[in-house]
Amino acid sequence: MAVQYEYILIRYGELTTKGKNRKDFINLLFQNTKQALKAFPELEYRKTRDRMYIDLHGAEEERVIARLKTVFGIHSFSLAVKCPTDMETIKTTALEVAKMDERPRTFKVETKRSDKTFPLKSMEISREVAGYVLANTTHLSVDVRKPEYVLQVEVRHDASYLMGRTEKGAGGYPVGVAGKGLLMLSGGIDSPVAGYLTMKRGVKLEMIHFASPPYTSEQAQQKVLDLTEKLAAYAQPIKVHTVPFTHLQTTINQYVKSSLNMTVMRRMMYRVAEGVARKNNCLILTNGESIGQVASQTLHSMNVINEAISIPVIRPVATMDKLEIIDIAKKIDTYEISIRPFEDCCTIFTPKSPATRPTLADVEAEEARFEWEPLVQKCIDETQAVMIHYNQVETDEFADLF
Amino acid sequence: MIYLDYSATTPVHPEVLQTFNKVNEELFANPDSLHNFGGKVATLLQKAKEATAKLLHVQPQELIFTSGATEANNLAIRGIAFANRQRGNHIITTMIEHPSVYDTLKQLEQHFGFEVTYLPVDHLGQVRPEAVAAAIRSTTILVSVMAVNNEVGTIQPIEAIGKILGNYPKIYFHVDAVQAIGKLPLNIKQAQIDLLSCSAHKIYGLKGSGILYKRQGVNLLPLQTGGSQEEGYRAGTPNVAANVAFAKTLRLALDNQSQKLTKVQELNKFLRLALQEQLPDVVINSPLLEGSPYILNISFPPLRPEVIVHGLDAKEIYISTRSACSSKDTKASRILTAMHLPDAVVSSGVRISLSHETTQEQLAEFVNELETVVVQMRKVVK
Repeated sequence: MAVQYEYILIRYGELTTKGKNRKDFINLLFQNTKQALKAFPELEYRKTRDRMYIDLHGAEEERVIARLKTVFGIHSFSLAVKCPTDMETIKTTALEVAKMDERPRTFKVETKRSDKTFPLKSMEISREVAGYVLANTTHLSVDVRKPEYVLQVEVRHDASYLMGRTEKGAGGYPVGVAGKGLLMLSGGIDSPVAGYLTMKRGVKLEMIHFASPPYTSEQAQQKVLDLTEKLAAYAQPIKVHTVPFTHLQTTINQYVKSSLNMTVMRRMMYRVAEGVARKNNCLILTNGESIGQVASQTLHSMNVINEAISIPVIRPVATMDKLEIIDIAKKIDTYEISIRPFEDCCTIFTPKSPATRPTLADVEAEEARFEWEPLVQKCIDETQAVMIHYNQVETDEFADLF
Repeated sequence: MIYLDYSATTPVHPEVLQTFNKVNEELFANPDSLHNFGGKVATLLQKAKEATAKLLHVQPQELIFTSGATEANNLAIRGIAFANRQRGNHIITTMIEHPSVYDTLKQLEQHFGFEVTYLPVDHLGQVRPEAVAAAIRSTTILVSVMAVNNEVGTIQPIEAIGKILGNYPKIYFHVDAVQAIGKLPLNIKQAQIDLLSCSAHKIYGLKGSGILYKRQGVNLLPLQTGGSQEEGYRAGTPNVAANVAFAKTLRLALDNQSQKLTKVQELNKFLRLALQEQLPDVVINSPLLEGSPYILNISFPPLRPEVIVHGLDAKEIYISTRSACSSKDTKASRILTAMHLPDAVVSSGVRISLSHETTQEQLAEFVNELETVVVQMRKVVK
C-alpha cells in the first residue's frame, strides 16, 4: 500500500524575529492552532522552539490543511512521512513520497541534517536520495535551480521526516498577540476586509454593529452575524455587540440640519463605539473607511468625525482601491454576504447632498441643539452581545431541518 | 411486495418528509417577500443551499435548485447552447444518454441548427475518452456525458474526460449524475465538471426536486424568465420546502455512502449468482467491473420484457423494462442497441435496481418467482 502523510510540520511566521516575546508568541500560536482544529480530536500536537508538529492519526488531511491555512502566524507547513533514521529506509520512503503525486515535473532533494552523527553529509544524502528516486520513477527530472517540486529530507536523531508537499500559511501574527480591538462592522464590503487585515496583524477582534429597527431589518442584522462567522474562521469565538441605535438616530434626524446629519451620526457612532471599546478592554477601533469613497470618508469628514473621540482608529483599507478591497473580500468569502441587499443604519437617513467639507465649528453647533450625552450613554449601556463560533450557522434555529 | 425499481424512484425517507412538512406548515412565506417572515425563509433557503454546497464540496452560488434532473439537464444543455452559439454550434454526447439529454440535443439539432456528435460505446456500454478527444472541433462548445447509465449501470470515465477537456477551457463539460450522486463517489472539482445534474427522488427524496451545479464563471441563458430567483437562472417562486428537503436528502444519502455501497455490491453479487444458478439461460447485460452495483440489466431472449414485468406484477414484484422515462416506447432499447448486443438480447432487456434496504431474502424470493415466470413463458414462446 502507498504511504500516507502522517505528520504536518508547521513553520512559524514573522515571530521568529521577535526575541523576548517569542515564548508568548509560540504559546498563542499553539493555542490558536488547536482551537482552529478543534473539530479533529484525534490530532496530537508537539511544539519546539522553531517548529510545531501535528500527528494526523488518520485525520482527513485536506480538511486539516484548509483549516491550518486560516491560522495567522504560520509561515508555511509541510506534510511529512516519518521513518527511522537509516539511509536505506530514507531512500525507499522518499521514493514512496515522490510517487504520491505523479504529475510530470522537475524536482530536487533538499536535506537538513540535525543529527550530526549521521555518517553522510546533507549534500551527500540529497544526492543519494535524488539518484534513487530518479532511477525508480518516470515522472520526475532534476532541476536544482528552479525545481517545480522540492522533496525535503530532515534527518534527526530519533527519526527522519520526508516532506513532499509544502503549503503557504496565512502569514501575519498569531491573533491576540497584539491585544484586542473593536471592529465597526456595517455589513458592507469594506469592514470585513478591514477586520481580516487587522486580525492578520495579531489583533483579537470584537464586533460592534448599529441596529435601527424598524428602519433596518432583521436580515441586515443576520448579515452581520454571517460575516462574523466567516471572520471567526481566523480566530474564534468572536463577540458581536449590537447597539440599539434607533432612538439616537431619529433624534439626530430631528434636530440636525440634513446636510450635516450624516457627519453627526458618524460622530455619535464613534462615541458609542469608544464607550463599548473601553468597557470591553479594546485598545483601538478599526473600520472599513477608505479615503474618498463616500461623503463621510473625505479627509475633511474624517478629520471632523475623528475629533469626537480620543481612542486610536486603525483604517486598514484607507488607501486601497475598491477593486483591491473586493479581491480580498472574495478571498475571505465575505463578498457574497456583503452584497446581499439590505439597508444598514449608515444608509437609511442619508441626505440627498451630505456635506463633503464639514467644519468642526458647524458640526459642534448642530450637536449643541440637543442633549446627546445621555442618549450615547444609553446606547452604550443597552448594547447586547452574542458570541459567534466558526461553522455555527447551520447548527442554530433550522438545525433539525437539515 | 418486493420493490426492485429503485432507479426509477425510491420511497421518501421519513426525515425528508418531516422537513418538507415542517417548512410547508411553519415557514411557508415567499422568500422574496420583504417582511421579516419572508426574510426568515430567505435565510433558510440560503442555508439549504450552503448545506448542499458543502456536501458537494462546491460553492453555494454554484447551485441552482430545479424541479428535477430533467429540468437541470434541459437548463444545462439549452442554456449553454443558446448562451454560446456565437462561439460555435457543435455539441458532443454519447448514444446512451437519458432522454432528457438525448431528446434535448435532438431538438437543438433539428430546430436550432446545432450539430451533435453521438459517440458510440463499447459492448460494456462505455464511451472511450479518446473518442471524445477525437470528436472535438473548433466549433465545439459542450460535451455532455452521463456519470452512470440508467438502464445498464455502466460507469463512464468522467474523470478522464474531464482531464482531456481541461485542455479546452472554452468547451463546457456537463454530467448527468442522477444515478451516481449519493451512491458512488464523485468529486465535481477533481473531475473538472462545469455543469452537473442531480435528482432527489432517486435517493429517497421528493419527486419534483433536483439541482443543477454550474461552476462559477459559466454563463447560461435561462429557460424560464420572470423573477430574479436562483440568481436569475430560474425564475419562479422557489419551492423552499423541497429545496430544504433536498439538502436533507443528500445528507442522508451521503451518510455511510461507502458502507451502503459495499452492501449493495454484495447484494448484486448474490443476485448474479442466484440468477446464473437458477436460470442458466440468463444473459447479463450489465458490466461487472465497470458498472454500478445498484443496477442489473438482464435478458431472457426471446421473451418480451413487458411480459416478464407483468408476469411478476401478479406477485407484487416490481422491476422495469428499461428507464421509466422511455418504458412506454415500444422500440428496442437504444442503450442495449448501442452496446451492439444481439437483436434478441436487445429486445428482451429488463432492469432490476437495488437499494441498500434491499435484502438477500427478497432477492432470493424474486429469483424464485422469476424462474417460475420465465419457465412458464418459455413453454408458450418458442
